[in-house]
Amino acid sequence: MLVRPEQFFADRFGLSASVTERLLGGALARRVDHADLYLEYRVSEELVLEEGLVKKASRHVSQGAGVRAQSGERTGYAHTDDLALPNLEEAARQARAIADRAGESAVVPVKGPARPHDLYTLVEPPITTDVHAKVDLLRRIDAAARAADPRVKQVIASLGSEDVVVLIAGPSGWTTGDVRPLTRLNVTVIAEEDGKREIGSYGGGGRVAFTFYLEQERWRHFAGQAVRQAVLKLSAVEAPAGTMTVVLGPGWPGILLHEAVGHGLEGDFNRKGTSAFSGRLGQKVASEKVTVVDDGTIANRRGSLNVDDEGVPTRRNVLIENGILRGYMQDRLNARLTGQEPTGNGRRESYAHPPLPRMTNTFMLAGDDDPADIIRSVEHGLYAVNFGGGQVDITSGKFVFSASEAYLIEGGRVTAPVKGATLIGNGPDALTRVSRVGNDLALDEGVGTCGKDGQSVPVGVGLPTIRIDGITVGGTQV
Amino acid sequence: MSALLDLLGDVLGRARDKGATEADAFVVEDQSFSAQVRMGQVDTVKHARDQHLALRVFSGRSSAAASTSDLSLESLARLVDEAVALARITAPDPLSGLADPAGLARAVPDLALDDPGGHALDPEAKIELARRCEQAALGFDPRITNSEGGDFGDGHARYAYATSHGFQGEYRSSSFSLSVSPLATANGEMQRDGWYHTTRRRADLDAPEAIGRVAAQRALRRLGARRVKTAEVPVIFDPQMAATLIRHIAGAASGPALYRRASFLLERLGQTIAAPSITIVDDGTIPGALGSRPFDGEGLPVQRTVVVDKGVLASYLLDTYSGRKLGMPSTHHAARDGSGVGVSTTNLYLTAGDAAPASLIRSVKSGLYVTELIGFGVNSVTGDYSRGAVGLWIDNGELAYPVEQITVAGNLLDMFRAVEGVGNDLVFRDRTAAPTLLIGRMVVAGD
Repeated sequence: MLVRPEQFFADRFGLSASVTERLLGGALARRVDHADLYLEYRVSEELVLEEGLVKKASRHVSQGAGVRAQSGERTGYAHTDDLALPNLEEAARQARAIADRAGESAVVPVKGPARPHDLYTLVEPPITTDVHAKVDLLRRIDAAARAADPRVKQVIASLGSEDVVVLIAGPSGWTTGDVRPLTRLNVTVIAEEDGKREIGSYGGGGRVAFTFYLEQERWRHFAGQAVRQAVLKLSAVEAPAGTMTVVLGPGWPGILLHEAVGHGLEGDFNRKGTSAFSGRLGQKVASEKVTVVDDGTIANRRGSLNVDDEGVPTRRNVLIENGILRGYMQDRLNARLTGQEPTGNGRRESYAHPPLPRMTNTFMLAGDDDPADIIRSVEHGLYAVNFGGGQVDITSGKFVFSASEAYLIEGGRVTAPVKGATLIGNGPDALTRVSRVGNDLALDEGVGTCGKDGQSVPVGVGLPTIRIDGITVGGTQV
Repeated sequence: MSALLDLLGDVLGRARDKGATEADAFVVEDQSFSAQVRMGQVDTVKHARDQHLALRVFSGRSSAAASTSDLSLESLARLVDEAVALARITAPDPLSGLADPAGLARAVPDLALDDPGGHALDPEAKIELARRCEQAALGFDPRITNSEGGDFGDGHARYAYATSHGFQGEYRSSSFSLSVSPLATANGEMQRDGWYHTTRRRADLDAPEAIGRVAAQRALRRLGARRVKTAEVPVIFDPQMAATLIRHIAGAASGPALYRRASFLLERLGQTIAAPSITIVDDGTIPGALGSRPFDGEGLPVQRTVVVDKGVLASYLLDTYSGRKLGMPSTHHAARDGSGVGVSTTNLYLTAGDAAPASLIRSVKSGLYVTELIGFGVNSVTGDYSRGAVGLWIDNGELAYPVEQITVAGNLLDMFRAVEGVGNDLVFRDRTAAPTLLIGRMVVAGD
């Protein structure tokens, strides 16, 4: 779909620039601080192969509009999935009704958006690739996984693709749009041996064409990793319980940053003073070896955006620099209320939700250490290289993330694989314990989805190998 | 016949015309409102209107699905064409197909799921409920210094489902919810907790003041949290946390997990998987309950299913397809989404025991009382369990002090076999409910 969003919504729904301007300019902007209109059209497709058969094939279309009016700290939001003009006018009326009650009526001029990036224009977006080619790939993955090890008893391979066209119209008549392709391939394997069963899962993707999976046979790598994990876990020993030194491998273990500091640095929590990081700008929150950035501008990454969902171009935001807290991630509302600049982090799951400050691609910059040296430096500890999900209580700062592939470190050497275990730490404290940072920064394969206030958005994380001197490992071996 | 069923009839007719041998479809229309008040000021008010239609078609034994939120004639025509085309690429599966026609629900029972008058409340009055709820929390104690807000929400939905083999059913449902998340502060420490209530009828909602007070008490009791030394000790789960444990049992007992061999309950039907004090029931027929529904996602009547009977795994939770895969009839637990059929519980609960919660706590010399769990550390294939926890430490039978930044770990099968006490305090606040539960030994990791 090589389309221009303005043209797309004008042709398809009659929502030209003059119509959106009238909706916002006439109906809203004079009486509120900020108002915007968000139009979205999404086509998605999912293919699932299991037991060697394509069992699920589905295609979905969703479209809708969200209208927002803000006055002071108040937000009125209304959405409809019927894009007929009378419905939009009704939504605008509902959104305004609440913001109106504030009594103040100073329109804060919002600059027209700067030029969006061009991070993921694709000649052939993944949603348009012929479905037979996709099915063929899933079959090859199934065969490769089964051939890789006789203990593989079940393979579930799924491929999701979507294309989202968005148009954001602000007060004073500006509009900006984006066309966002996204795809994700996932392989799950069940392995069995002597009555024991285990699961392995691996995948990747991004704002890339279907051919991404064929390059360097990435699909084979994903299948192989899923098999390797499942088989490895068949022989895993009990994970240790207690506080110990932990070495995290590169890439997806960057979920540590997402949970330990990322959420706590989102602008809404800090405006409200409900985050463990509230009021700590300029303070030391990590070891001086630690620099963490959130960067929405990396080409073709899952967490990247040309503009955020409020029409602000994304950028590279330094959150922590050499251990010092430098900045929060902002949407327009929280930036305005705290006298900061929006940072391109205003995101929403869909037209059915108002934007919130959210992460894009969050990672730690590489250090100088050789990863092998970092492992050798640990007498007794845990080496964790793959994780499932994580969660944080931003107020107390306590966060968890669950290792799905981890090993004991004994005498500076990686030894037995251990069963999955949850790691728990305290956000403002965890990164102060980072004593070594490797030179092997890697971003994840493109699988992350972040949930907040019931809204899911695609994100990325990244990490070099790091050593943390003391984090609690929730195993069963006392 | 209603407009929604007419619409479904047209879509199913077109699917047949385009070559589908069987088909089913559902349509949902939804209106909702929510208001958040934070620190006494209106923060966010949301109005929403949603609709979508989902179609599943069979071409012989091959199937595919499609859904859309655009219910225009042109869009629905495209939906049918795309679904039929997609069905040609999926593999024929001899077990696929609609539910057995003999089992279809013949009537749609009135389960009191709708409160038609409940929504007739001015937005200002709804905002006022959220404000009172938050105010009760903020005013409860000077250490309650901040808030994530008080929230009121209501929703009103119409759902219709029809199949090409003659089923047609439709029902309305509503929901009302009120919640608040206050923050307590003392000596530089900040803790948040919350309380909520969700009901089908607005009149059944707890008073906003009652919800606010409980929320404040829950936040306050977390102040002064410590860590504890790593130890293997008895662990008591409060009713909300005990409910999360039976959700893991239901997940492992669901048909799709079983036929994929991705369940720790595989091949355990009829076996003892828990202590004799454990009986777990799923009952979709309870009038007015949050999880009730008149028929499942394939048109089969809902029923009461005993999943675990005095420790013995008595039934799986099956839809038609997973039942056929396992050689068993559906237990009428089909759930629909846009991409097909899965399995979901209705009202799932652990039956009450006879122990007063206080006596369970008194029976523990040194152990953990869990009030919150975070993270995703549950392996559904092995039952291995490891989650972050917040709670209170039990010292000589008393709740002594709050604890945090610890984990609880074990294996779900071992945990349910090690149950030493079931409380008498079962209350249906959610779709899943349980009384207080005492597990004899788990590993608590801390310092």
